[in-house]
Amino acid sequence: MNYFSKLYYWLRKAWKAARLYLILAGPGIVVMVADNDAGGITTYAATGAKYGYHLIWFLLILIPVAYYVQEMTVRLGAVTKRGHAEAIFDGFGAFWGWFSLLDLMIVDWLTLVTEFVGMTAALAIFRVPPWITVVAVIVLMAVIVLHGRYWTFEKLALLFCALNLIYIPAAFLVHPSVRDVLEQGLIPNFAGGFNGQLFFFLMANIGTTIAPWMLFFQQSAVVDKGMLEKDIPWGRFDTLLGSFVTVVVAVFIVIVTGTVLSGVDIDSAAQAAAELMKTDRYVGTFLAIGLFDAGLLGAICISLASSWAFGEIFGWAHSLNTKIRQAPWFYATYFFTLVTAGLIVLIPHAPLVLITLFVQVIAVTLLPAALVFLILLLNDRAAVGEYCNTRAQNLIGGFIVVSIVVLSTLYGITVMFPNLIH
Amino acid sequence: MKAFRGLIAKIQEINSRYRAPRIQMSGAVRLSLMALRLYLFALVGLMVYKFVLLVTQG
Repeated sequence: MNYFSKLYYWLRKAWKAARLYLILAGPGIVVMVADNDAGGITTYAATGAKYGYHLIWFLLILIPVAYYVQEMTVRLGAVTKRGHAEAIFDGFGAFWGWFSLLDLMIVDWLTLVTEFVGMTAALAIFRVPPWITVVAVIVLMAVIVLHGRYWTFEKLALLFCALNLIYIPAAFLVHPSVRDVLEQGLIPNFAGGFNGQLFFFLMANIGTTIAPWMLFFQQSAVVDKGMLEKDIPWGRFDTLLGSFVTVVVAVFIVIVTGTVLSGVDIDSAAQAAAELMKTDRYVGTFLAIGLFDAGLLGAICISLASSWAFGEIFGWAHSLNTKIRQAPWFYATYFFTLVTAGLIVLIPHAPLVLITLFVQVIAVTLLPAALVFLILLLNDRAAVGEYCNTRAQNLIGGFIVVSIVVLSTLYGITVMFPNLIH
Repeated sequence: MKAFRGLIAKIQEINSRYRAPRIQMSGAVRLSLMALRLYLFALVGLMVYKFVLLVTQG
């Protein structure tokens, strides 16, 4: 009897905790899954096709890396009630503030263009003309944000996050050898030796897992959601779950292309989907739907990251809880970035490959800067008080930042000068 | 024109509001920001060099 009563109380406690999490869940999981955007899906698909299952272990390493970086934005947002852009302006002055804001604006807009490239390519597989895709996406995103509530936006975004899991059944449909996945994927190894191309792929995977806009988005989302200091443990859990889900999805994409398209050079996820259509119509369809969903989720979050940042600095009302009349500039910035990025894709012979290249290089310049500011802000006891970084957190964070600075610099150089490393 | 003037005034107001960094400029903070400046100069320099190469070589 005692056992049953204990079990009953334990279950009740667990149910209460789960309900509380469902209320507080959002920023962490949305930002992490949105990070598997069109560019991310392309990178993972190309990684699987090129190296099979051999780099799965590397993706798993990125779970704690993504968690440690994003967790800091939860503390900073919940304690200071300020977005990341405002925190940089306040902490480091106008010079670094403008630098971060303009860099964010450029990289967000260019990334948004790549999201539209992914979405139009995905629906082109189903013979949908690009202009219909662009118009439909803009209308859909208008409906999502103009509801006038952060809660509605977040729950819809979570629905799109769930659709991102479509790659898991797709992986089961291609019948991979579980033994091969475990043997080749979980033991750290560099298939074919460490060379320039492998380095490029490793860096691309890091770049798609931690992006500058994610820091700005999650901190602003934490503030807009109204999370308090007491909610930080749930924010941490949300971020941990998000980093786990994003990497699991990435692993399943690698399994799909590693099983079916091994040895094929993949330039885009749409190409992977089209190739998969030839072998298995359902898997190809799943990949195309997933690519569209990834582009859409990425577009929603990236355009919001910019609008929030501008609102914070220019002092405009900048919350999804406000109506369009109350925050005209916030919504104007949002739609301006969205519509212009969508139009670029419709320009015949637009230099989309060059734009994708620019995204990678400019993102490289902002990421180390954003990470350095993040660590320094989390050491400002006057602002964050007891939520200041501990020595261990500084060591882990510092190690991640230094590694990313070194690796992303090398990555930037290899993108600009691809023949330098062989 | 009025909107443009308004924007300039707003930027000036932001610049004066955030003129001084609030964070205490300890040695570690100064060193980090100096390293960041060097890193950005190096990378921007490389980007400009790449741009010049692209333009001159077509």
